[in-house]
Amino acid sequence: MQIDSRKISLALGFILASSTSSFAVTEVSWWHAMSGANNEVVNTLAKEFNESQSEYKVTPVFKGTYPETLNAGIAAFRAKQAPDIIQVFDAGTGVMMGAEGAIKPVADILSMGDSKFDKSLYLPGIVAYYSKPDGTMLSFPYNSSSPILYYNKDIFKKAGLDENNPPKTWPEVWEAAKKIKTSGAANCGYTSTWLTWIHTENFAAWNNVSFGSNENGIAGTDVELKINAPIFVKHFQELADLAKDGTFRYGGRTSEAKQLFTSGECGIFTESSGGLGDVVKSGINYGTGQLPYEPEAQGAPQNTTPGGASLWVFAGKSDEQYKGVAAFFAFLSKTEIQARLHQVSGYLPVTLAAYEETKKSGFYDKNPAREIPIKQMMGKAPTENSKGVRLVNLPQVRDIENEEFENMLAGKQTAQQALDNAVERGNAAIKQAIGQ
Amino acid sequence: MASSTRVTFPNKLLPYLLLAPQLAITIIFFYWPASQAIQQSVLREDPFGLATQFVGLGNFKRVLNDPNYLNSLQVTVVFSVATALIAMALALLLAVMADKVVRGKGIYRTLLIWPYAVAPAIAGMLWLFLFNPSMGTLAYLIRSTGYNWDPLLDSGQAMVLVVAAAAWKQISYNFLFFVAGLQSIPKSLIEAAAIDGAGENKRFWTIIFPLLAPTTFFLLVVNTVYAFFDTFGIIHAVTGGGPGKATETLVYKVYNDGFVNLILGDSAAQSVILMVIVIALTAIQFRYVERKVHYG
Repeated sequence: MQIDSRKISLALGFILASSTSSFAVTEVSWWHAMSGANNEVVNTLAKEFNESQSEYKVTPVFKGTYPETLNAGIAAFRAKQAPDIIQVFDAGTGVMMGAEGAIKPVADILSMGDSKFDKSLYLPGIVAYYSKPDGTMLSFPYNSSSPILYYNKDIFKKAGLDENNPPKTWPEVWEAAKKIKTSGAANCGYTSTWLTWIHTENFAAWNNVSFGSNENGIAGTDVELKINAPIFVKHFQELADLAKDGTFRYGGRTSEAKQLFTSGECGIFTESSGGLGDVVKSGINYGTGQLPYEPEAQGAPQNTTPGGASLWVFAGKSDEQYKGVAAFFAFLSKTEIQARLHQVSGYLPVTLAAYEETKKSGFYDKNPAREIPIKQMMGKAPTENSKGVRLVNLPQVRDIENEEFENMLAGKQTAQQALDNAVERGNAAIKQAIGQ
Repeated sequence: MASSTRVTFPNKLLPYLLLAPQLAITIIFFYWPASQAIQQSVLREDPFGLATQFVGLGNFKRVLNDPNYLNSLQVTVVFSVATALIAMALALLLAVMADKVVRGKGIYRTLLIWPYAVAPAIAGMLWLFLFNPSMGTLAYLIRSTGYNWDPLLDSGQAMVLVVAAAAWKQISYNFLFFVAGLQSIPKSLIEAAAIDGAGENKRFWTIIFPLLAPTTFFLLVVNTVYAFFDTFGIIHAVTGGGPGKATETLVYKVYNDGFVNLILGDSAAQSVILMVIVIALTAIQFRYVERKVHYG
């Protein structure tokens, strides 16, 4: 029904727009993947922008999950019906970058607007991820997040653990998880969403080890995966061992494991900072901490890489439309909008000014959890291991990793075998995708 | 199947006109997409269609040499045989039982037919909500008995779950046809056998079951096609092809390679292979098997 009414309003909007063409309102379509509360944020933003001026009208359209939205955008582009703006998730960044003729760099668009585009106003870690090797910003970071640790304070108390001191390293997590399990405080000690994003991509960056060659794909598309290095093997073997007696429980490939934490089944949990809303909603007595690191790794913790999604602009539109997009992005970059988005939704702020503003307002004193992901990402200048992972087929490589992890957790293979297979299959898939 | 007299139209144009809507539908929804699939299957293209290259049978070669493809072929066979057998056996049992009910026959039948109205994706969600180890109600009960129910990692359990969901949805359809089939068996035959002293079991296996053969054959075709092609929604909702690739059927792999991994050429080559399989299956069924079926 919702979609229907949206279609109708879209149709009405179109009729209105075409019948009142004398006002010359330029329509800007925005396809996105935000559902629930985040969908309301999108609609509010579009409404506020449309009311703030009379030249452009942004029309947001919900297109399903992240992969579905990306596929819809690609199909629309092939049919020459592409929207102006499309929201693409982190793993799809390489896919979009590989399609140079299909997109228009956001840097070009922002400089077409009334205000001058100054890259230094934006958070450097995030902007770097969405930029070409030469520094051109290709997409607009709309919602960025970073993985953090959540823990159940009640379960910690019951297990005799310090509820004000979450584990900081992986060995500490394993110890606490075992204690939770053996003391009977909960059925399961530790669970995690997104093993790929958290335990390989961010694990590599946070411990300053390489995920793949060519700076994890940032410096070039020809990438050889390195995730079967000893530090990964050790980490995943520890996970597999903990899975045997249920101290670690697997929840699924994306964020399904959230249920295991919010239902009180598991005591410790790693998940995106963007998952905070659901944890709060569940009403459990939770605490948060930094993403754990490997104490043996030199220089760890380094910095985490941005997750979430960014807004891409398709090529082949009129200058008028690009000006509209530029005006909308300028609106999104406004300090008061960014500060509010950050505080309401839990996404990271995109501009430094919004971060400073939120800091000054005393928001982080009351909500320290909200600053953890920013500090993780901005704490240190990124190295060649920690700028992010960018593959032309990252969604496919993540699937390959997931399949191998599942077979490992089911006890069918060791961590060494799983990661060797993932590297071999992943490398072959990358080679095929870049046409070699 | 019954012999029919040939109808002749005085008007030469009319028959074509009457056929036109059906032909149009077939062309638009079958020939056109099928020809596109064939075209795509010999091309290599980036996801956005910016660069296209003719590769001949290269995509087919790669697909057929891919161990994952052979794996999904095996998965499909196991899944289809299990689904068709379970759905048909249970439907036959229910139909025979429902046939014996004296009072409230209509209510029983209606209730048994209900699940057919459920869309595959929704059926998948129902089973997921019941049996997902993270949130499922029944999964929670199973786990609390001490049994390690975890279809997210145990490939056998995952297969059981998708087969159960797929069979459950198809039972109603089979039931409907078996009930109709049972009604068309002359009561006099069964009564005669009963008078001759044949027990209930004997009557079923020697009279009812053979006379149901046309229905059973028809359902075998329909159920195989269903298990092959119409269970995508269920697998997508329940397991997503996992754990590992344990429930990735051929159709699911077409979707996964095409729409998740964005390898359109390989995906199209797989659809063409599937098309060939279907054509072959249909030909075999109507050429050889149907002749052997007793049509009463």
